[in-house]
Amino acid sequence: MTGILKLAYKLLVNDKAKFTALLVGITFAVFLMIQMTAMFAGVLSRASATVFNLGASMWIMDPAVQTVANTIGMPDYVLDAARSIQGVNYAVPVYSGGALVKLADGAYQSVTVVGLDDTSLFGRPQLIQGNIENIYAENAFIVVKDPEFPKLGNPGLGTEFEVNDHRGVIVGIAKVASSGLFGVPTLYTTYERALQYLPNPRFTISYVLVEPKSSADVMHIKQQVRALGYLALTKDEFVDRITQFYMFQTGIGMNILIMTVMSFIVGLSISGQTFYTFVLENLEKFGALKAMGAKSRELILMILFQASFTALTGYGLGIGLCAVLITLARMRLPDYAAVITYWNLGLAFVMVVVIAAVSSYFGVRKVLRIEPFDIFRG
Amino acid sequence: MAEPAITATGVVKWFGQGEARTAALKDVSLNAYFGEMLYIVGPSGSGKTTLLSVLSGILRPDSGSVSVEGADIWNLGSDKLADFRLHKIGFVFQDYHLFPRLTTAENVAVPLILKRHDWSGAIIEAKKYLEIVGLKGRADLPPVKLSGGEQQRVAIARAIAGQPDILIMDEPTASLDGDTGQSIVRFVKQNILNEKRCILIVTHDARINEFATRILKMEDGRLTGFEKGGPE
Repeated sequence: MTGILKLAYKLLVNDKAKFTALLVGITFAVFLMIQMTAMFAGVLSRASATVFNLGASMWIMDPAVQTVANTIGMPDYVLDAARSIQGVNYAVPVYSGGALVKLADGAYQSVTVVGLDDTSLFGRPQLIQGNIENIYAENAFIVVKDPEFPKLGNPGLGTEFEVNDHRGVIVGIAKVASSGLFGVPTLYTTYERALQYLPNPRFTISYVLVEPKSSADVMHIKQQVRALGYLALTKDEFVDRITQFYMFQTGIGMNILIMTVMSFIVGLSISGQTFYTFVLENLEKFGALKAMGAKSRELILMILFQASFTALTGYGLGIGLCAVLITLARMRLPDYAAVITYWNLGLAFVMVVVIAAVSSYFGVRKVLRIEPFDIFRG
Repeated sequence: MAEPAITATGVVKWFGQGEARTAALKDVSLNAYFGEMLYIVGPSGSGKTTLLSVLSGILRPDSGSVSVEGADIWNLGSDKLADFRLHKIGFVFQDYHLFPRLTTAENVAVPLILKRHDWSGAIIEAKKYLEIVGLKGRADLPPVKLSGGEQQRVAIARAIAGQPDILIMDEPTASLDGDTGQSIVRFVKQNILNEKRCILIVTHDARINEFATRILKMEDGRLTGFEKGGPE
């Protein structure tokens, strides 16, 4: 059987013009499909950055909250109530809001300020410079060293600036798992200082971060929070809620979907058409093989192998091209939000399999219909 | 003459439907023997190629039977019929139908590949057959680099590579000049034909008649007699 596959391979790759056209078609389609979905995955990942970075198991929020950035303040009693729910190991408040930083050169820069629970500092980032205890020092802030970091003038320990006209000092430089979507630097401080420095509405708690005693307590906690008129979500549920928002309540998801489908159609058209032409040009040869004694299933195997080989090679090239482009883009644009996930790869793989299947289907139909007698008749 | 390699009895084949229905073969019966080179000649449309296709297990007749080495081939299922063609029949098509993207040796190796020989073994074997047809030095060239006569020899090498008992040649000299055509058929008679092989040739070319053991004439789907030899 390997001899037949090698025959199919040679018939395919030795036709360099057709093989190149097939590969270009599939590579281009895979590149576009992965690039589109990688950009979307990057957007979604960054949109949920705060959820990942703070790392809480459960989040209590106002039911109207759709994304982590659009917070709706909750009254203090929610925190007290949460702490009293059976099954809650601990619950802490967190503040998340925007502020304006005035740099030493007089320039202004928007920032996100995250206020951590003063007592536990739950959700604190991993420091790469400085000491976490210094967050309790006067006017202290920790800055996240991510692609947005240079927008604050690459501050070091002791760098001073103004936050909403209050003095601020960098006491630590931290790293986080994911940087945010909106291209602004992130500062961490204590919850109380965040309330002092940032303008506040009547209610100040952005989220209550909850650690249940066990996973069995999650449902009960949710029910109790719902009884308070608020919403408790697990980390994954919150990420999913954010994903759903960007996917269905903004234009991003639909546009990406349309572009992905267009890439698929382009790939299918180019590859399908080229492969069909390839089969048509070799139709007499397939007929001759049939006359010589090749069985239909062997001819089908040859065509499926040719289509699969082309598809998988194009798939690999497409992934490689996409990876190179994203790497190059990140070298020039640190904020470039594209991430290749297994989901992207899986989706592109399924689409490539569909392209190969459709392309080979028409080829197989044609080959099965050719009669060896037609070869004799010429 | 030896025992019959092929026996056709009362073969009838129709093409088309309704008013356009025409009989391509009308009650054709013949024997072809091992050790002979049997020509089937006749004008275009007389049914020569159709008869060749029916005898070689390619085109199913509407009635009648074809036995090859005593076995009725049209009682075989499609896989068995394909196996029959693979193991018993070698084809030399009028247009050769060589694969332009394969080397000459790879083309000759095709029947061996279909017989599940491993690739490298099949290529080595194919080169032996290329040597037989005098193309030893052309093994690594693509067919398009060869002359018409050389391509015909490659097609012959491919046809005999599977060591078939019956060699079917459809208009083997149609694309060749007179001298080349004659030299090809002479070569086939001298080197390919033997007492265990039967060669059937469909041709228009009277210049190669001298090489035939027998020549059967066809007209309007019927065998009308022998131009050379007899019914044996």
